[in-house]
Amino acid sequence: MVRPLGFLVGLGFIVALLCAIVTTPLTNEPNASHEFHKHPKHLKLASDGLAPHWDKAQLQRGLQVYKEVCSACHSLHLVAFRDIGDLGYTEGQVKTFAKGFQVPSINPDTGEPATRDGLPSDYFPSPYANEVAARAANNNALPPDLSLITKAREGGKDYVYSLLTGFQNPPANLPKELKPGTGLHFNPYFANLNLAMAPPLKDGQVTFADGKPSTVKQMSQDVTAFLVWTAEPKLVKRVWTGWAVFFYLLIFTGLTYMSYRNIWADKKH
Amino acid sequence: MSFPWAKNYEPQQPLMKWLDERLPLPRLVYNAVGAGYPVPRNLNYFWNFGVLAGVALVIQIVTGIVLAMHYAANAGVAFNSVEHIMRDVNAGWLIRYAHMNGASMFFIVVYLHIFRGLYYGSYKAPREMVWLLGVVIFLLMMATAFMGYVLPWGQMSFWGAQVITGFFSAIPAVGEPIRVWLLGGFAPDNAALNRFFSLHYLLPFVIAGVIILHIWALHIPGSSNPTGIEVKDEQDTVPFHPYYTAKDGVGVGVFLLLFAVLTFFSPNLLGHADNYIAANPLSTPAHIVPEWYFWPFYAILRAFTFNFLWIDAKLWGVIAMFAAIALLFFLPWLDSSPVKSSNYRPLNRIFFWILVVDVLILGYCGKSPAEQPYVFLSQVGAIYYFAHFLIILPIISRIERPLPMPNSITESVLAKHADDASAATA
Repeated sequence: MVRPLGFLVGLGFIVALLCAIVTTPLTNEPNASHEFHKHPKHLKLASDGLAPHWDKAQLQRGLQVYKEVCSACHSLHLVAFRDIGDLGYTEGQVKTFAKGFQVPSINPDTGEPATRDGLPSDYFPSPYANEVAARAANNNALPPDLSLITKAREGGKDYVYSLLTGFQNPPANLPKELKPGTGLHFNPYFANLNLAMAPPLKDGQVTFADGKPSTVKQMSQDVTAFLVWTAEPKLVKRVWTGWAVFFYLLIFTGLTYMSYRNIWADKKH
Repeated sequence: MSFPWAKNYEPQQPLMKWLDERLPLPRLVYNAVGAGYPVPRNLNYFWNFGVLAGVALVIQIVTGIVLAMHYAANAGVAFNSVEHIMRDVNAGWLIRYAHMNGASMFFIVVYLHIFRGLYYGSYKAPREMVWLLGVVIFLLMMATAFMGYVLPWGQMSFWGAQVITGFFSAIPAVGEPIRVWLLGGFAPDNAALNRFFSLHYLLPFVIAGVIILHIWALHIPGSSNPTGIEVKDEQDTVPFHPYYTAKDGVGVGVFLLLFAVLTFFSPNLLGHADNYIAANPLSTPAHIVPEWYFWPFYAILRAFTFNFLWIDAKLWGVIAMFAAIALLFFLPWLDSSPVKSSNYRPLNRIFFWILVVDVLILGYCGKSPAEQPYVFLSQVGAIYYFAHFLIILPIISRIERPLPMPNSITESVLAKHADDASAATA
C-alpha cells in the first residue's frame, strides 16, 4: 500500500513543480541599482584575525569622533561610561568623562523631569527624547543606534568604514529614478544608493590629542574601530580564551586517540 | 539485553551490591552503554554521531539553563537582555555563543547521523522503530531550534516567526484563526515570545525522553554495522565499554575542537547580521532567511510557484515542505531491498549520492534570494528529492542486483586484514 500511494503523491508534487517551472520566467526583472552598488572596501584593524588586540590609542580617537560628531544624531544605548575604562582611561578620567554628559533625571524636590551630570554607571544618553523627535530632526529618517552597528550590517566593519568614506557625486549615467531626492545623499555602499545622512566627516573636523592628522579616512577608521569595540567588548578576550580551549582540547583528543589505539590493539576491526 | 553472551552486571563492592538490590541503576547503565552491551566490532567513525548528538543535547541543556537565568522573555526587554548577557554577565558571551553555535553543531551531527542511517540502511527491519523515533526527534529539534531563534527578538527572530507561523494561514478556511491562536495575537508579540520561551525550555526534555526510547528500541536488535549483516555470534561483537567508549572519546574530542573553533573564532559565521537589530514590526528585512539547517526545506517551500489544481501555490509549498520530512516515516517500507548497506547496492549508491548533492543544492537555493536561477534550481532539486524517495527508491530496490556479500561480520573483518597484509608484503 505504501509504495503505490507514495508513487501517486510523488507524481502529484512533480507535476505541480513541472507546472511551476513552465510558468516561472527564467530571467529576473532588471534591477538597475545593482550595477551601481559597490561591495565594501576591506578595513584592517588590530582587533582582526586570530591574534587580536585593542589598539587603545585608536579606540580613544574613535570615542572622540563619536562624541564630537556621531553623537549629535546617533545613540549608543548599550554602552555605559564605565565601559570606556577598557579603552585605557583611569577611573578618574571615566568619572570626568561621564560628568561631561547630561542624563535624564527627575528633580528630587518636585518630581519634574530634569537632567543631572552623568555617572560612570550611566549609559550614553540618546541625542533625542524619542523616535518622533529623532525623525522630525532628520527628514523623517531614524538615525540607528550604533552600539551593535558593526555586527548588525552585512559586511560589518568594512561596510561602516566604506559608508563613511564613500559619499560622492552621483555618476553621470545614473538613471533618473536612482538620483538622490531632496535631503538624500549618494553613496554606492548603501543598499538603496541614497541615504538621508549627509556626509558626516570633513578633514580637520576634530583635533586629536595624539597629534594624528584628522583626515576623513583616519577619523572613519578610528570611529569604525571604536564601533567594533562597542559591538563586542569581549572580542579580544574571546579569541585568546579560544586558543587556550583549543590547545587543551588538542591534548585531550590526542590522549583519547592514543587510548583508543591501545584498547583496540589486540582486536581486528 | 540484546545477545545471550552479553556480560552480566556483577557488583563487587558491598555498597554497589546493596544499591543493585534496591535500585539497579548502575545495572541499567552497564547494560546500556557499558560492557553489558555487545556491539559489532566493525563500526566505522560514522557510528560516533549518535553519541555526539547526545553530547550536543547535554551542552544545549546546560548552557540553556544558565542563559534562562539571565534572559528576560518580554518583548520590551528580550533583545537588551541578550546583550546584557553578552556584556555584563560573567562569561555570559561564552555561554551565549556556545548555545547559539551549539544548535548548529547539534544539527551538523544529526544530519551526519541521518546520512549514516540512509547510506547503511539502518532504517530497515528490525530497526524501523529506531528510525521512526529518530524522525520524531528530528522534528522536535526543528521546532525547538525555531523557537530558540525567536528568543533574542532581533529582526530575523521576529520575521522568521512571522513567516513560519504564516504557514498555518495557508490552510483553507481555518488557517488564519489557527495562526492567531498559535501566536496569541495578530502578529508575533509578547504572548508569542512567552509561549515560545516556555516551549523552548520544555521540548529539549521531551527530546531527551524520546532519545531514551530511541536507545531502548536500538538495544533490542543491537547496533547496525557497515556491512549490514546482522550479528551471528560472540566473535562478531565487542563490549561497548571499553571499546566504543574509547572510540567515541576520539569523536567527542574532534567534535569539541570544531565546536570551539566555531564558537571562539567565528561565532557569528552561521548567524545573520539582521538579528543584531532589535525586532521592528514596521520594517521588513530585504531577505528573510532562516537558519542554515532549514535552508533545504525552505527551498522546497519556495519552489512551488504555481496554483496547481484547486490548491494555491503557498499551500502546495507548505504541504510539500512538511511532506519532505514526513516521507521519512515511510522510508523503511518504501525501500524494500533486503540488503542494508549501500556498499553492496551499486544502483542505490549512485542515486543516494545524487540525493546528497541535491540536498546541498537545495540548501544553497534556500539561502539565496527568491530570484533566478535559484528558483529554477530549487524546483529541479525538489523534483529530484520527491522522485528519489517516492519513485526511484521503490523501483531500484526491486530491480537492483546486490554485490556478493561476506557471510559474517568477522569474515569481512578478516578478509579486510588479509588484503592489508598481502598489500603490505607485496
